Amino acid sequence: MITIEVNGTSRQIDIEPDTPLLWVLRDVIGLTGTKFGCGIAQCGACTVHIDGRPMRSCSVPIGALDGAKVTTIEGLSADNSHPVQRAWIAEDVPQCGYCQSGQIMATVAFLKIFPNPTDADIDANITNICRCGTYERLRRAIHRAADMLKA
Amino acid sequence: MHGTRLASALSRRHFLLTAATAAGGFMIGIGAAPRAARAATVPWQPWNDDNAYAANEIDAWIAIDPDDSILIRYQRSEMGQGSMTALPMMITEELHCDWSKVRIEYASPNRNLRENKVYGPMVSAGSRSVRGSQKLVQQVGASARERLIAAAAARWNVPASECTAAQSVVTHAASGRTLRYGELAADAAKIALAKEPAIKTPDQFTFIPRPMPRVDVVHKTDGSAKFGIDAQVPGMVFAAITACPVPGGKLRSVDDSVLAGAPGVLQVVKLPNAVAVVATESFWRAKRALSRLQPEWDVGAAGKVDSEQLSKEYRAALDEPMVTARNDGNVDQAMSGAAKTFEAIYETPYLSHSPMEPMNATVNLQADRLDVWVGTQAADEALEAAAKASGLKPEQVYVHNGFVGGGFGRRDASDEVKQAIAIAKVVQRPVKLVWTREEDTRQDKFRPHAVVAFKAATGADGMPTAWSMRVVTSSILASVGRRLPAGKVEPQAVNGLANNGYSVPNTRIEAAIRNTHLPVWYWRAPGVNQHVFAIESFLDEIAAASHLDPYRMRRKLLAGKPDWLKVLDTAAEKGDWGKPLPAGRGRGIAICEDDDSLCAQVVEVTVTPSGEVKVNRVTAALDPRYMVNPLTIAEQVEGSVIFGLSAALYGKIAIKDGAAVQGNFDTYRMVRLAEAPKIDVHLTPSGGKVWGGIAEVATGPISAAVANAIFAATGKRIRTLPISDHDLRGSA
Repeated sequence: MITIEVNGTSRQIDIEPDTPLLWVLRDVIGLTGTKFGCGIAQCGACTVHIDGRPMRSCSVPIGALDGAKVTTIEGLSADNSHPVQRAWIAEDVPQCGYCQSGQIMATVAFLKIFPNPTDADIDANITNICRCGTYERLRRAIHRAADMLKA
Repeated sequence: MHGTRLASALSRRHFLLTAATAAGGFMIGIGAAPRAARAATVPWQPWNDDNAYAANEIDAWIAIDPDDSILIRYQRSEMGQGSMTALPMMITEELHCDWSKVRIEYASPNRNLRENKVYGPMVSAGSRSVRGSQKLVQQVGASARERLIAAAAARWNVPASECTAAQSVVTHAASGRTLRYGELAADAAKIALAKEPAIKTPDQFTFIPRPMPRVDVVHKTDGSAKFGIDAQVPGMVFAAITACPVPGGKLRSVDDSVLAGAPGVLQVVKLPNAVAVVATESFWRAKRALSRLQPEWDVGAAGKVDSEQLSKEYRAALDEPMVTARNDGNVDQAMSGAAKTFEAIYETPYLSHSPMEPMNATVNLQADRLDVWVGTQAADEALEAAAKASGLKPEQVYVHNGFVGGGFGRRDASDEVKQAIAIAKVVQRPVKLVWTREEDTRQDKFRPHAVVAFKAATGADGMPTAWSMRVVTSSILASVGRRLPAGKVEPQAVNGLANNGYSVPNTRIEAAIRNTHLPVWYWRAPGVNQHVFAIESFLDEIAAASHLDPYRMRRKLLAGKPDWLKVLDTAAEKGDWGKPLPAGRGRGIAICEDDDSLCAQVVEVTVTPSGEVKVNRVTAALDPRYMVNPLTIAEQVEGSVIFGLSAALYGKIAIKDGAAVQGNFDTYRMVRLAEAPKIDVHLTPSGGKVWGGIAEVATGPISAAVANAIFAATGKRIRTLPISDHDLRGSA
């Protein structure tokens, strides 16, 4: 039995310890906002925060997470009010939207370390794949979110 | 209403809702969203549960509640292209309703079947969602408006011609009386118009074109948007699948004894060409167990095929007889007397669609009813395919379409639906089938491989006087299961070549189909996505050899076509064509037509001494003829550029031993933020008789524009894709 806290709620998880966190979130707990894209930590669609750090949950076994605090897209805000979410809406970023939970979670963590990001900082750190090609608006939204977080 | 009863009886039974909203609660408040006051809304779960009906319907498309909130049904599939916003905007244009009180949901494919295709074709493909339903949805809106006006006129006992409608209110100006739509809907529902009203012409539009935030965006920023893969059905089990890596091959045997005691594994399901593992509780259990199986396949001769051999065969077929798609003037005669001639062969590889949401389907197969949750571009076809696969009657099948996590042409074959049903028949439980990324790549129906051989002749001024284009590729229609009459060329085999805009008096385009064991399919901008690379690069070769500016040469060849010239000039001007660049950098230009729209792009690249290509900037001009939502159009151009750029720079599915080599994003590389250029989009709608599509055409010019820019920077001509296969070290 593994105990994790997901979006502020304590959960007892009884499943094989090599099960990646992604499938615990999606299939066991039922939080489907975190997406499966590749299963090998390449695309970032499954990005969540583990103890505040951005992690690709498809490649983190639940057995390594006893006592960890996990935040998923559902736990970012109750009402779409997080500045990164607001910036995403203002820039009309998502197209199909499938990768965007991961893009947003990656950006939230990134802006804590890079509150004044340059384009080069963004290029080096936001490496999630968007097949729809929303990068133009995504980049603008990251800058906008940075401004909103400072204000 | 019988529909309401159906809803209450079935929706709770079939759904497990995980969010905090009440069961069946379609609407969630978006209170904190900045634009909540002005925006129309959609549910986070786009599909219609079981009931296709709503209270207060005026017809199958529109329901108006007493509080004036308006439900508009949307009959296509939202996969990011924005038609879930655009089509209701067109209805709003005619309905004269208050957009802020509009909510939008998917129409029911089952109702479409039972009510004689009241929603028209429920498919999103070929950039047709708007242009292919523009007249239909305008008529829907106009009819409802006239019926609401007629209801008010009857209430007041005045002629309908004295009444007007605006912002969901009917007004009788002479008496100053008004009635809200919500007060009129019940009466309007009973009114049959003697004659359908005329729909507006574009010059009469007042609501569109208008840049409008897409209605689905809010749900795509908080994890609530439901994709097919997010479906949850009580009692559901999970399936992972491996089909024969060599398409057409069969499962010979698989030893499933290795899975004895594996946690949660329910069953190994053997299908004619695949093996699936079904497990409880999580997809991971099924996936992990599947990876331990070592199925044996019968692959036949296809198991020996590789890319080099296919390339040789295609190139050899260039000298074989072909079918003529277009023949202007007399190419042979013009060639024989020409001052100078050119020849070149261009080749483009198989590609995978690779939408971010891997293929998946969830099914609940019961004796007299089948429910399918899937993200599909073709809900009608998915329903038909599901009926056939299950043996149930089509009217017993309910397809619940999700937000589609990327389609690009892949999601209209229903192969994943048929697989899920085959598995459900065996396990007798609701089952969610998910493909791994590797399965999604390798079991794709690929963008065809193509080879194009060009010949051209130029006159004394260096301008082309004749050109011939001979194509060898495989048939998408054959993969679909359709046949063309002998002597016909299938459009996508020559799309991008036959519809080039240039006035070259002697033009001949021919094609030969050489099908392989690899299924091929529609991939964003079929034909155009590869042939525009070929023709626009070849034209650049002629310009360079003739010492002509590639932009000015195109201008001359497009003389008398103001729409083509407008996009070309716009891209050139905004893209700083002709302005000096430092060494190692270059600009390229390309233009094409697709789906009745035009797109030109100017690209600026840097080629580093180590041979790396960095695309700095893309300036795109698009003529969509008409516009509904310019914001969405710009987004689609940006997205198409990136989609085409991944293909141009990195895209290749290589074949070895009959199977696709690439499996995941570590080997099938995508453009990421670091490689994404600055993209500027300029829209130049020219009007005319037809509406153009907006979701595909901009995929066309990018690869040629990049290759031409590389030539400008390095003098190296790229004739095969992807560009990453070419060694550009020290060339800049």
